[in-house]
Formats: sequence, structure tokens, C-alpha cells
Amino acid sequence: MTFHTLIVDDSSAVRAFVRAALEAEDFARVQEAETGFEALRLLATNAFDVVIVDVNMPDINGLELLAFIGKSPRQQGAIKILISTQADGPDAKRGVELGADAFLAKPFGVDDLRTLIQGLVHGRQEVSG
Amino acid sequence: MSDLRDNVQQEFLAEAQELVEALSRDLLLLDEAHQRAERPDASLINEIFRSVHTLKGIAGMFGYKHVGAIAHALEDLLDDLRLGRLDIGDPLLDVLFDSVERFQRLLSLEDPQSPEETPEVDAYVAIVRSIGNQPASDDGDPLHRYAIGSAVLSVLTEYEEHRLRACIREGMQLYRLRATFDLTAIDDSIEALRDVIRDDAEIITYLPSLEGGNDESIELVVLLASRVPESELKAHFEGQYGAVEAIEEQTHLPTIPPQLTSIPPGTQSLLPQPEEESGQASLRSVANSVRVDIRKLDDLMNVVGELALVRTAVGRAISGLDGDPKYKHSLRELDRLGRGFERQLAELRTRILDVRMVPLGQVFSKFARIVRQAAREHDKQVRLVVTGANTEVDKLIVEELADPLMHLVRNAIDHGIESVETRMRLAKPSEGTLALNAYHKGRNVVIEVEDDGGGMHAQKLRETAVSRGLLTAEASHDLTRQEMLNLVFLPGFSTNESVTDLSGRGVGMDVVKTNILRMGGVVSIASEQGIGTKITVTLPITLAIIRALIVKVGGRLFALPISAIREAVPFSQQDVRTIQGRKVITMRGETLPICDLTPWFGLREVEHQASRFVIVCEMGNRELGFVVDDLVGQEDVITKSLGQTLSSVRGFAGATDLGNQRLALVLDTPALFSEYFSSSEVQPSMEARA
Repeated sequence: MTFHTLIVDDSSAVRAFVRAALEAEDFARVQEAETGFEALRLLATNAFDVVIVDVNMPDINGLELLAFIGKSPRQQGAIKILISTQADGPDAKRGVELGADAFLAKPFGVDDLRTLIQGLVHGRQEVSG
Repeated sequence: MSDLRDNVQQEFLAEAQELVEALSRDLLLLDEAHQRAERPDASLINEIFRSVHTLKGIAGMFGYKHVGAIAHALEDLLDDLRLGRLDIGDPLLDVLFDSVERFQRLLSLEDPQSPEETPEVDAYVAIVRSIGNQPASDDGDPLHRYAIGSAVLSVLTEYEEHRLRACIREGMQLYRLRATFDLTAIDDSIEALRDVIRDDAEIITYLPSLEGGNDESIELVVLLASRVPESELKAHFEGQYGAVEAIEEQTHLPTIPPQLTSIPPGTQSLLPQPEEESGQASLRSVANSVRVDIRKLDDLMNVVGELALVRTAVGRAISGLDGDPKYKHSLRELDRLGRGFERQLAELRTRILDVRMVPLGQVFSKFARIVRQAAREHDKQVRLVVTGANTEVDKLIVEELADPLMHLVRNAIDHGIESVETRMRLAKPSEGTLALNAYHKGRNVVIEVEDDGGGMHAQKLRETAVSRGLLTAEASHDLTRQEMLNLVFLPGFSTNESVTDLSGRGVGMDVVKTNILRMGGVVSIASEQGIGTKITVTLPITLAIIRALIVKVGGRLFALPISAIREAVPFSQQDVRTIQGRKVITMRGETLPICDLTPWFGLREVEHQASRFVIVCEMGNRELGFVVDDLVGQEDVITKSLGQTLSSVRGFAGATDLGNQRLALVLDTPALFSEYFSSSEVQPSMEARA
């Protein structure tokens, strides 16, 4: 399947990176949001398979967005991945407590991301199947 | 990284560059606040942290190891700073300022992983680390005293939590503002809300909630801290926007709201229209912007040119039907549509030009750091004053302008502004002022670099020019003061020796002038000894459209860029003399070489040409008169390149469509000058003029 993916990050380079990494070989179809507000708009009308959220964003931060996605009926099937440069900080811990399926520390490579998503999808399928 | 396409890499470099520029700009603000012994704005420190933080993240992903290492070390330092664990001091500011140049250099490396850089980077990182931590004072966590709610606390980032504490410690009251936003317009509404709040309160964060929202709208809980009394905040927001609720300290009993809260809400328009407000605070509006390679805009402009040609061709086809009564009505309609099309085309052209425009602040912000550094190197005190940073100019010009302006700024500090002791002795303020002013003047943008330093010594400039053999002693006697000042633009005027002798104004000034000329601009000097120097650069707003004089040569049309033209005068064949194989005329007692374009281009003479003209052009310190058959008028032209096959033809910048089925070749004045003066049949004897 092609994963419908949302990447929320205020860095256009990170978004471009994630898009290039995931859209190769039709692994995923990626939509981008630069801010939490933009993400809210997309979350209201799309059901995503994977949502990748940066923790440190201005205004609505990644944790807030994650909590929102966790409660949003439309996004119940979504795999939630938090990304941040601070892998061992309190923010990462909070993310996991808020229901993030995984925490990926920046910088990460193309393979890290694809392997992680595949693993998470596989894990879900085993649980549900 | 090999599977990442080039443009993703480009995206990285563009963003990294922007981040470093933002860092440079913000550091200067931080430094200013520090010099004034003010407490810096928390949001400023956070912006600096965020720039470095983002840079670190993307540098790692794109293999810029050294950039990542430096950013990582700085990030920790800045994190301590923004979380209140570290105070600002000069050593801290020094390493921060230092980082800007390091980032810029490392980003420009061929090999971003180069092992040669490692020792230097490691040493710098060690310095950053040595600035180290200071233990933070801990007076117990004030957050627990407030009924913020664990659901809210659990989604705050460490920084937001810190701001919350800091606001409480500063005696601010916490509030919850609950409001529902239309999802399609949420950015504008938030921007408007932010503008209203800005002076009264600090927004800690926005929490999206599932209550009260649907597919089209969403409820946000805005957590804010403010010194404004609750009643006032309520008057501000309630009814207009949403419900305001104070978050009480838990040790207090629930208080009965004072009677005063019944001030009617909405007595003034507190929520401005988004359209009006979104133009401000451009930093925030990035959410609605895209980055575009300027070459794509050039392509678009070319398409506009093509469309104009199509329009001309259609017009020609239609005119073939003229006179046929059968088509009378259709022709009128086609004519009307054609004019409408032309209007839209002109509009499209204007809009594309508009997109190319960027504020000059982009280049000015680079100088803030340079001024600080140069002043420190020379142990001088210099205050940089910038006006008109919002003045917009073509992106390409901004890029080209950076180096010439850098020369001017450095010169002003190195040699213009005096040392503190000298200034004190002269009863000048110990701090020198360097002003960068920008403004629009008609179709041009004017940039002034002005200092209140020692000024230039005109007589000394003259003596130097003579001693360097740039002009004869006799010729130098006739020079006006202004002409003496202009001597600094002569190639060969500047040498190391002149730096100390003459306030060093000669340093690279000929290069500065050449660069400005290449962009179709002019540069001029005004200087008063003991008072200061002002260098004024005047440039066209865009390079995409140039103002040109349309002339006729041998029955054909040519466009001559106005920027190079000094004047146009009637030409008379009797006045022509030949000196050393070169045709010249005498104008106001001076010899002017002329170039008759008709034979020069190999065109046939038009017979019975009544009155011809000489167009006097200036390039560097040379003048040349082009003889043309007729003047048609001035027009704004878009130059279209002649294409690969004709790229070797010198003397033409391209072709342009003048409308009404008229095409003209655009002359490349600098190329014509060099062709003319290097042509073998004549001896280079132009210097005779001086």
C-alpha cells in the first residue's frame, strides 16, 4: 500500500527530505504542513496513515498536535511519529506518554524513516490481524 | 544521500542560508539590548535558539557534519540561555557572532565533511562548551500553585513551561482564552489575534481542542500571561473573540468577579480585518509563502515576451481581414479583446516583477555583524543606523550589491570613522555613526553609505593621482573639488600606501564603480573634510526591465540602455576629424571619439538622412559617441536572449519586442565599448582626454 503521510515541520528542508525519502518507489504519498495551523486544516479533511510531527514548532507545538491527533476520531488509524533533535530531553518523554508510536531523533536517514514506518505498520497489522 | 535529488539539496542550502542570516540579524538585536544593559526579549532569544536548533537538525540530515557539530554545541548553550540557566555576557556574544561566519564558510564548502576542518571545528566547539552552565536559582516550582491542569501541562514543551514559570515570577497573571476559528482563515485570524495581544500579553501556546469544532472550524485554547487586569482583557476579547478566563492560584479561594467586569465588550474594533493585518509581521506569514528559484521567474518573463509576440502575430493576421465589410463587427470585437489581452499581459508582467522584489534589509542585515567586527578590530566605536530596510529591489540586484556595499561599509569604518581618542580631541561624539539609508526615487532605488568620520582630503587625492601617473600635473590644475574626489574611482588609484595616506577611500573603489555600472547604476561621492563622507549608489529597481532609448540605424531599430547615456546631440559630418586613425568630434572643448553604428554594424547608409545624432555614452572613465540616424523615443524593454547559436555575437544583449510588430536589438554598451577601444585599426589613445 501507499501510505498517506502528513509531515508537519517548520523547516522546508526537512519536509523536502521526508517527501523525497518517502515518495520514492511510491512508498508513500506525502502532504506537508509548515505550521500547526496548517496541519489542523489538513487533519480536518484527511485521514492519514502516518503523521510525522516535529516537536519544536512555534505556536502549536508538536506535543499539542500529537495530543489532538490522538483524540481526533478521523485519525484513529494514524501512526504517530515525533521527530526532534533532542532525543533524550523531557519533550521526547512527554511525546511517548502522549501516545506517539515512535520518536525519531534528527538527524535521521532515508532508511531509518522507511524502516521505522514499515516496522510500525507491520506491528499494527499483527495486533489487529 | 545519493537518492536525494539535487533540488532537495538546494532546498537545504537555501534554508540554511536564511537561518544563518536570521541568526546574524537577531544576534545584533541581542547585542544592542546587552549594550544598553536591557533584559533581552524572551522571544528574541527563542528565535535565536530556534534558528540554531533547526540548522542543527537539517545539517545532520544533509551530511553537513561540521555545521551540525557547531550548531549542536551552540544549541545547548542557547537552550540554557532561553531556559534562564545562563546569563548573557560578552564571551557568550563573541562566540555567537563568531559562529555566523563559520556557518557561512562551512556551508560553502565543496565537501561538507572535509576532515581538514575537523581540528578547527573541534577547537571552536570546546570554546563554546567552556562557556558552560551556571546553576539556576530554584525557588520551588510555581507552576504547581496554578490550576493549569495536567492535560495542558503534559503537552507543553520544556521551553513553554519555562516561559510560564518566568511569567509567573514576573508577577503576570495567567489566562485561558477560548475561541473558535474558521480553518480556512485560521492563519490570518491568529495573526490578527496576535497583533491585538502583543502589547498586553505573552502568548505561551495554542492548544487545539476537539470540543466545539468540526470540519470547517476548530476551537483553540490560547494560554497567555499578562499584566493587564482581567476586566480589561475581558473587555478586549469577550464577545469579539471568545471567552477569557483567569487561571487562579490554587491557594486562593475562588473569587467573585468584581462588578466592573460588566464593561460592555466590543466598544472598539479590537480585532482588525485579517487583510489589513496580514501584511505586517512578515516573519510570521511565511506559512503562506513559497521559495522560488529566480530563474523560474526569468522563464515566466520570457513566456510573457512570447505571449506579446503571439499577440502581435494575431494582430497581423486580423489586419489581413481589414476592409472586408463581412467582418466589420467581428473585427471591432477582436480589437476590443486584443486590447484587453494587452492590459492583462501588462498586469502579468508587473506581477512577476513584483515577485522578484525583496527588501534591501536582506543585505543590510549582513552588515550589522561586519560593522560590529570591523569596529572591534580597529578599536573604534561605531553605531550602525539603518533606514529604509524595507525598500524593495530586484533579488538579483540585492545579490550583486552585497560585495560593493561591503567595500563601502568597510572603508567607512577602517578609514572614515576616527579612533575614539581622535574623536574626543575633535569634540566629536566618541561613538561614530555609520548610516545605511535606502529609499525609492522615481524608477530607481538609492542607497547611501554615510559616515561622520574624517572625510576626504581633495588636494591629497589629486597629488596621489599625479604621483601614480594617472593624470598629468597640468591637467590636475583644472580639476574642480568634485573631480578630485572622483579620482578615487580611477583604476590603479588605490594602493596599500594610499590606505593610510588618504583615508583609504581608494580601496577597491574602481571595482565598486564597475560593479554598480554593470547593474546599470551610478555611484557618487560627497565628502567634507572633518565632517564625513557620503557615498550614494543609485540603481534601477529591476534588471528584468530596462529603460532604453530606441534609435534608428540603417533603417532598423535598436535599443540603447538609458543608464549608460549621458546625452544626445545633433551630429554634423563637417565636425568630424581623424586623430590617430580614430574619428572624433569636439564637444565643449573636449575630444570625443565617435563610432558610426551604420558601417560598424555593416548596414547600408540610408540616403538623404537629414539630421543624425550622436549619443554620448559613459562607461567607467571613458566616453564614446554612437552616431545614429534617428531618435524614436524612450521605452521600457524586456530583453530576450538571442539564444545559444547567437551567443557568440558580441555587442548585443538580446532582442526586445516593442509592440506593434516592431522588434529591436538591445545594445550591450559595455561590450560595444570594449570592442571599439580594442579594435586593431585604432590606437588606444583615449587617456588623452584627461
